[in-house]
Amino acid sequence: MKLGTLTIAAICAAAPAMADLVYPSLSYRTGPYAAGGIPFADGYADYFTLLNERDGGIGGVMTRVLECETGYNTEKGVECYESTKGEGALVYQPLSTGITYQLIPKTAADGIPLHTMGYGRTSAANGSIFNNVFNYPANYWDGASIAVNHLLEENGGDLSGKTIALVYHNSAYGKEPIRTLEELSEKHGFDLSLLAVDHPGQEQKSQWLQIRRERPDYVVMWGWGVMNQVAIQEAANIRFPMENFIGNWWAGSENDVLPVGEAANGYKSLAMHNVGTDFPIYADLNQYVIDAGKAAGNGDQVGTVLYNRGFYAAMLAAEATKKAQEIHGVADITPAMMRDGMEALVVDEALMESLGMPNFGPAFSVSCENHGGSGQAKVQQWDAAAGEWNIITDWIDSDRAVIDPLIAEDSGAYAAENNITPVCG
Amino acid sequence: MPDQLLFAIEVSLNGLMAGVMYALVALGFVLIFKASGIFNYAQGVMALFAAMTLVGIQNGQVPFAHLINATFGTKIHHFGWEVPALAAILLTVVIMAAFAWAVNRYIFRHLVNQEPIILFMATIGLAYFLEGVADLMWGSEIKKLDVGLPQGINDWIDTTTFDAFGYGFFIDNLDIVATIIAALLVLGLVAFSQYTKEGRALRAVADDHQAALSVGISLNFIWVLVWSIAGFVALVAGIMWGTKSGVQFSLSLIALKALPVLMLGGFTSIPGAIVGGLIIGVGEKLFEFAIGAPYLGGATENWFAYVLALIFLVFRPQGLFGEKIIERV
Repeated sequence: MKLGTLTIAAICAAAPAMADLVYPSLSYRTGPYAAGGIPFADGYADYFTLLNERDGGIGGVMTRVLECETGYNTEKGVECYESTKGEGALVYQPLSTGITYQLIPKTAADGIPLHTMGYGRTSAANGSIFNNVFNYPANYWDGASIAVNHLLEENGGDLSGKTIALVYHNSAYGKEPIRTLEELSEKHGFDLSLLAVDHPGQEQKSQWLQIRRERPDYVVMWGWGVMNQVAIQEAANIRFPMENFIGNWWAGSENDVLPVGEAANGYKSLAMHNVGTDFPIYADLNQYVIDAGKAAGNGDQVGTVLYNRGFYAAMLAAEATKKAQEIHGVADITPAMMRDGMEALVVDEALMESLGMPNFGPAFSVSCENHGGSGQAKVQQWDAAAGEWNIITDWIDSDRAVIDPLIAEDSGAYAAENNITPVCG
Repeated sequence: MPDQLLFAIEVSLNGLMAGVMYALVALGFVLIFKASGIFNYAQGVMALFAAMTLVGIQNGQVPFAHLINATFGTKIHHFGWEVPALAAILLTVVIMAAFAWAVNRYIFRHLVNQEPIILFMATIGLAYFLEGVADLMWGSEIKKLDVGLPQGINDWIDTTTFDAFGYGFFIDNLDIVATIIAALLVLGLVAFSQYTKEGRALRAVADDHQAALSVGISLNFIWVLVWSIAGFVALVAGIMWGTKSGVQFSLSLIALKALPVLMLGGFTSIPGAIVGGLIIGVGEKLFEFAIGAPYLGGATENWFAYVLALIFLVFRPQGLFGEKIIERV
């Protein structure tokens, strides 16, 4: 008996149980924003299913996506975090700026990294202060600058005398680009007009009557959910030229344009990743996941903008995991090791090519000083007849000269408020 | 005419039109409250459910497809046919009537003579249940609703006002249609309650349901009838709002726009819902134009509608057209 007990103990000590690599997905498949939450959650889950089915997980360890329904509600999001963190969660993707703000201090205390891809607290790009938060490949302020840079390119580098109206969701999220746009307005000499839309944004007549009266040259939109569809419809109603209307990357999915029909043709938005399914990895996805009946949800979202975003987010999490395994020499990594992997992540074209995702996202590398990535995005345009988004630019850089000081200022204020000493190296 | 005055007139006209859209939602609340004393929290979700059902039928979507596929391993989503808009609307009306019957048979029949707060709580439960059923039945994706209603600027008004004032007014064709439909709806409801036997019975129940019972009016029938009519009104509101924004779950939030209208117009008056809607619509739009946007950073409409309603409420608690509350000591 004693010998048996000793043998089992020895086996356990020699070969520790290979637990799953756990990736919580704070999804929202219900509620007013479900149409945006479902494709992202499906893409996130399907990528990890693909890795399990095709590669046997990552580094020989199976992955497990732990989905928790938030309904895009901040309190529920925090509950989800509390109820899943004990399962060995490696990285959280909160998919909500409100939830992100609540989780920043919690994840810092618990030592679990947070990836807020294209949302959340912009100044978290300063990794010396926000050690556990990563917002690569681009953040809101990058987005605002990229939109302006695109317009500069269209206007021969000169926007002086032009007017840009920002139609924004009247929330912390919607107000994010204002400061950047104000700085850029001063720098480039364009007039900035601000038009707030109250949640949820079903009624925007006042804002679009104002746009019709003031006739801005361009409209930039920071919207989400029903606000986007109504704004695009109202723009069509007043016959605002769609090619002069640019949404951010949360106002540029099929959900936003399809309800408007033909009238949405020509509408533009920022894109932090590529569109469609014309990538070698989708053949594997079909073979191992979709056709095998293992897709998340209905399996009918593949290739949509937000599905691709979830897919891309999962790819970045998986690559950071591989990096962490490489750095620490163990397959079954901890959240702290995952953080190290995220901070050492290098995504270049060779890597994306090898993954079957050539040119899917921008090439970037992460460092302690820069958790925000390259800050690049493309511009996509809606073709209503074909029912598809087309990428119409190459990767556009953001204006670092404007954004970096803003990041330093905001993150510095956070550090002062919370007695954080910046640490790198 | 000075530009600002022209803009103010344009804003007011659009406010009136927006008010009609709010009134369409408020009408459903009024009908049920008037007949049964129930504040139907589920009215917004009923509009969502009706609109989703309409689009689902139109597109030949298989109801509960996800559930069926998950249970039986099938991959069915569509029947492969499309139903013309009018037929789909009629089928949806039938489904809303069946829903009205089920709600009364399984919920409110068991709650007769309960406190209003209990009935209100029951409608909260109903709202969330119905939202879940709608999700299971038709899925969560945003759907385009197209029943042939025109949208976009009305060129005739634009040209005529431009010729007259040098500035073309923007009026949305959809808003004009909504106004005509709301007018027809109110006329129809008034005619129904004045000139039909069922309508008179409905009024009798609204006045005193115990007295109505004593003269042989079936309370169950009246309640099914009134919930069916409210279901029809919800369908109309769902079509109008769904055409504007696509059919999606946030459609249920249109109920929030109806509350100040009810506070102002009264919970028991059909004309009150219309007049209340118009006052709220014009009030919030003019406030945003004159004060909100230039001085307060904009986005004042949501809260100002409630401020306006509160002001009316302070001076006339039963609302502009509500029945005066007389309590005898």
